[in-house]
Amino acid sequence: MMLLFKILAGLALLVFASLLSLLFEGVDRIFHARMQLRIGPPLFQPFYDVLKLLGKENIVPRRAVAWAFNGAPWVAAATALMVFLYVPIGSLPPILGGEGDLILIMYLLGFSAVAMAVGGFASGSVYANIGAQREMVLMMSYELPLATVVVSMAWFAYRTGMPGAPFSLETYVAMPIWSVAGWTGIFGILALLVTLLFVVPAETGKVPMDIAEAKTEILDGLICEYSGRNLAMFKMAFSLRTLAMCAVVVSLFFPWSLGRILNLSGMAFFVVDFLFFWVKVFLVQVVGVTVIRTTFGRLKIWQASRLYWYQVAGLALAGMVLLSLDVIL
Amino acid sequence: MAIGAGKTYKVPIGPVHVGLKEPITAWLDVDGERIVNATIRPGAIHRGIEFMARERNPIQVIYLAERICGICSFSHIVAFVRAVEDAAKIPVPARAQYIRTIVLELERIHSHILWAGVACYTFGYDSAFHLGMILREKVMDVLEALTGNRVNYGTGTVGGVRRDITPKVEKALREMIAFYKSEFSFFYNVAVDDPVALARMRNVGVLSKEDAISHCALGPTARGSGLRVDLRWSAPYEAYADLDVKPVVPQDYTGEAYGDVYDRFLVRVLEVYQSLDIIEKCLDGLPEGDLMWEPKLPKLLNYLKQADGIGMCSIEAPRGDDTHAIKLTGGEENVTWWKVRAPTYSNAVSWPIMFKGNDVADAPLIINSIDPCISCMERMLVTDVRKGSKQVVTRAELLQSCREKTRRLMGA
Repeated sequence: MMLLFKILAGLALLVFASLLSLLFEGVDRIFHARMQLRIGPPLFQPFYDVLKLLGKENIVPRRAVAWAFNGAPWVAAATALMVFLYVPIGSLPPILGGEGDLILIMYLLGFSAVAMAVGGFASGSVYANIGAQREMVLMMSYELPLATVVVSMAWFAYRTGMPGAPFSLETYVAMPIWSVAGWTGIFGILALLVTLLFVVPAETGKVPMDIAEAKTEILDGLICEYSGRNLAMFKMAFSLRTLAMCAVVVSLFFPWSLGRILNLSGMAFFVVDFLFFWVKVFLVQVVGVTVIRTTFGRLKIWQASRLYWYQVAGLALAGMVLLSLDVIL
Repeated sequence: MAIGAGKTYKVPIGPVHVGLKEPITAWLDVDGERIVNATIRPGAIHRGIEFMARERNPIQVIYLAERICGICSFSHIVAFVRAVEDAAKIPVPARAQYIRTIVLELERIHSHILWAGVACYTFGYDSAFHLGMILREKVMDVLEALTGNRVNYGTGTVGGVRRDITPKVEKALREMIAFYKSEFSFFYNVAVDDPVALARMRNVGVLSKEDAISHCALGPTARGSGLRVDLRWSAPYEAYADLDVKPVVPQDYTGEAYGDVYDRFLVRVLEVYQSLDIIEKCLDGLPEGDLMWEPKLPKLLNYLKQADGIGMCSIEAPRGDDTHAIKLTGGEENVTWWKVRAPTYSNAVSWPIMFKGNDVADAPLIINSIDPCISCMERMLVTDVRKGSKQVVTRAELLQSCREKTRRLMGA
């Protein structure tokens, strides 16, 4: 009975997340356009795009490795989608809570990026090849600050004795990490938050880190050869990764529950928190993705790499040191 | 990324590429992300315009010359009519020379703003691109008020110009100057002072001073490399002799000329301000007098038919020296031969040097750092989602509404 419930709830959540990610992308495009004094596309344009692509012919280039080329988009989308099974949505515990934690989420996001790169390498196109190389280099660059953030937070949660497993997202949702930290700790957490916000554009493939898909340089790079169903899957994977990344940021740093503040109980508590969670995700996406991609141009791969290895990793280490000081003092 | 492994593969940029506005192919030998060598393959859009001119008289060729390029159409016809005037020894009234100067500078403003926007778009900075397009509308409106058209103005003719600057147009021009003097600094801040823009353009596509000289770079490309070359300064034509035009070189502003894309960007952005000053001076000193040496077209054509000789003219177009040479044979109505040398001919030679040692990511930016182009639409579909109606606007209707707007702008 429990298993059946889990499967049904999981399916419902995955469908909901897919639709919401496309909706948020539509809002992102409108906000982006308005900030540039344009009108922008209709709100549901990403839905139209995906639906149209699903009905289009799927072309596999002659030089492509067919199984890898066709498989990559599905793996990329599926792994990005699976993240939502391990993220607590508001006050609802994650559907597969006990079976995976932050490390698994990082792996799933990383796996999704690798699947995209595999698809690019399998395309047999020189542009896709360059795009895939860039995606791999970019991944290697942002994984260090990302891992530093996760490890520092877990270590801090462990040492301060926050209830729950240190790597489980539920721990951070049950008790905001800000509340256990002293002054140095708060600055440390702020540094980690900024680090994570730096990683968001790279993880989601948006300007200034859309280097692997640079349209005006390498013609959409690793998705250059994709069409039809496969491209629709890649589009889904991109919006799902954006949503998943923002959901992780919210769970780690902005876990406050509106239901608890309003002293709600029962069904209303869960519903309000569920909606409030997505509002927070939306705000993070607007700040971390939309505003950033309107404000900046695209970096080159070595510039992005250098940024992540020196400045952003430095910031993450600073956050780590501040958190350690907080624990030691 | 096997940098330094000595194994290269070929990447074609163009002829059709998102980052490029003109069909040109650059075959890049790439090692990882680094460009080792580059081969330029032009020839995708040769139209035989010079050949077509041989079946037309000089007045007809003006309209052909206008269509060589969509951006610097007036530069081409000024160079052409000056070549004809040179061959047929036709003096041009002073007022016409001033009006030509004003239109040339308006065209330079619109070309440079368009270019700056497209350059930003090339490195993914879409916001600056859209800002540039919004700012450019003002000069397009003024050009339309002055000449009746946005792109091919049809304003120059042999021995003068066909449109006068009326008090209303003068007011529009002064308004435009005030608008740009206050608003263009915003684009300057957004694009020139942007850290990402600096990171993307500094030390990219470097053309040293020596290479610029030996490879005959022209216009903003040469000035970006620190060469003081500007025909408006070294060989003034039209009204430029009365004005004091100094070449804009980056070392005067930043202390050093790098010769990279950023310097070319800077030169163009600063030249917009220079053009505004030139237009202001032209308006202040606009002499009274005739617009044309010979307003009656048949008389002019008869005179041109008798003319015999070779004429040449070189002017500073927005992208560099535009040279036209023409031969008229006495008794022949048509142009005997006509040779156009657009600045891109010269500047394209420098591409392989600029490419060397840069990244693949820079390739479209380097190509664009010399010259972009854009084409126009003639049909559009108007849809009303709420009413569910659709209406195709035909060419005739577009023309009609376009004329109405022109009349409105001209205040008639």
